[in-house]
Amino acid sequence: MQTIVSISNLSKTYASGHQALKNLSLEIKRGEILALLGPNGAGKTTLISIICGLVKATAGSVTVDGFDNVTEFRKTRSTIGLVPQELTLGAFDKVINTLSFSRGLFGKKPNSAYLEQLLNDLSLWDKRNSEILALSGGMKRRVLIAKALAHEPDILFLDEPTAGVDVELRKDMWALVKKLRESGVTIILTTHYIEEAEEIADRVGVISNGELLLIDNKQSIMHKLGKKQISIELKNTISAIPDSLSSWSLELSGAGGQLTYTYDPLNSDIDISGLMDAVKQAGLSLKDINTSQSSLEEIFVSLVKKKS
Amino acid sequence: MSINIQAIKVIYKYEMLRAWETMLQSFISPVISTALYFVVFGAAIGSRIQEIEGVPYGTFIVPGLLMLALLTQSIANASFGIFFPKFTGTIYEVMSAPISYMEILIGYVGAAATKSLIIGFIILGTAGFFVPLEIAHPIWMLSFLILTCITFSLFGFIIGLWANNFEKLQLIPMLVITPLVFLGGTFYSVSMLPPAWQTVTLFNPVVYLISGFRWSFFEVADVSVGISLAVILLFLAICLMIVGWMFKTGYRLKQ
Ligand SMILES: Nc1ncnc2c1ncn2[C@@H]1O[C@H](COP(=O)(O)OP(=O)(O)OP(=O)(O)O)[C@@H](O)[C@H]1O
Ligand SMILES: [Mg+2]
Repeated sequence: MQTIVSISNLSKTYASGHQALKNLSLEIKRGEILALLGPNGAGKTTLISIICGLVKATAGSVTVDGFDNVTEFRKTRSTIGLVPQELTLGAFDKVINTLSFSRGLFGKKPNSAYLEQLLNDLSLWDKRNSEILALSGGMKRRVLIAKALAHEPDILFLDEPTAGVDVELRKDMWALVKKLRESGVTIILTTHYIEEAEEIADRVGVISNGELLLIDNKQSIMHKLGKKQISIELKNTISAIPDSLSSWSLELSGAGGQLTYTYDPLNSDIDISGLMDAVKQAGLSLKDINTSQSSLEEIFVSLVKKKS
Repeated sequence: MSINIQAIKVIYKYEMLRAWETMLQSFISPVISTALYFVVFGAAIGSRIQEIEGVPYGTFIVPGLLMLALLTQSIANASFGIFFPKFTGTIYEVMSAPISYMEILIGYVGAAATKSLIIGFIILGTAGFFVPLEIAHPIWMLSFLILTCITFSLFGFIIGLWANNFEKLQLIPMLVITPLVFLGGTFYSVSMLPPAWQTVTLFNPVVYLISGFRWSFFEVADVSVGISLAVILLFLAICLMIVGWMFKTGYRLKQ
């Protein structure tokens, strides 16, 4: 797939002396949904802010569609829409006016039909003449999204779009993001919710402490780093793992009633039926078997822990 | 290089709309306070002073009062216009838009200057209602009016960028501008002061503004009109340089 945003060796040290980004490189592909995960203070917002021109990089460069985001900022910025993390809106502005404002700022001629469509898509049409201060938090969040889309951008940055949003709205948001992707928009979102990345992203990047720890397709991350586990419940409890099973590195838990076998699904040497035979030969009888696979969340937590 | 006309338009429109929606505060209140000056200084005190340099006192103070209003309004409008989005955070959108600093400046300063200009005309109309008024050099008068609005809106813009809290936003207009205007010959002619004070007064830039402006009305001036014009242009140039530096370094706008 073609690269649309290319970030190379980006570093940012704030005036306070804090280094928020450390030589970070990343390629964003055209038409993908990229989720950036990372704990508080990881540098996600800083990264987005540099791409959008809100923060100056200390070193490194960003190109959008091949154009440098500093020297050719008109070209790069006109293709980008940004939904900021904070709910920053003019309290006394009317919804429809604030959208026209956004569209004009990005150099587009007024187009009321497009804005009407946009407001309908975000279920805000009824509220078009309301002042922002009269809207609920979820509605404000949608107004921010509408503002970011008002100039028909090719790339959309969503900085924690579902923070403080209820389950239903979150699902709506996911549907909207998927719909946008179908229309060809490249979407980069940051989130703390792993299930969000798991649900909608094509690729997942993990940022911690200003560094990109990993970036890959969602499936291959889970595949590569995801461990599988088989839990074997026994009919009768045992006090120790029989010697004949010692080569399997099993764990005994549940007061002697459960054996757990953790393995890497990509390892071709793994022989599950051999394990079952060995368990049987050791004279143990099975009550139940469970398998589980680690979620992105577990992968994420273990990655960030390992680093720090 | 292209110009983002749409962006200038929406910023300008947004700022003008804000003034329109708060019309009472934006347009009516400066007119009322100016009318009060007329009543107090023009009618009450003016009846005892009679004439200064051949001009009836009530009429004499009109240019100074106009300047007082223009300066305070230009600074207040422009500083608030840029300070507020910075304060609420909505400035992020302008900063992430394909718009150059020059265009931002034209949008915000243009709107602030327009508002002051409107106020200026309203006050002029109000003044004509209280005292007889004749303008000797209308073109000069208009040029001074426009130039002052632009220059001090620019100055206000600088204050709005610099201020990172409400206190600082008020500080310069209150502590610097108001005293300079009052001591700048709004209510008197500099020649009425003792010689020592006349010299001190010449360090007050507002003296030149008011003097030149007053000359365009009555052809009486404390300093020559050319010097007045030069001082405004110099101040404009200084403001442009400061803004240029602020934009170049991303001062208070970009980390
Ligand atoms: N203007 C600033 N001045 C100084 N330090 C800053 C500034 N903005 C951010 N930082 C610091 O940079 C680091 C990264 O912040 P950033 O906002 O990019 O994190 P984040 O990944 O978006 O976090 P969160 O998930 O909480 O939004 C933090 O340690 C933060 O304190
Ligand atoms: Mg953030």
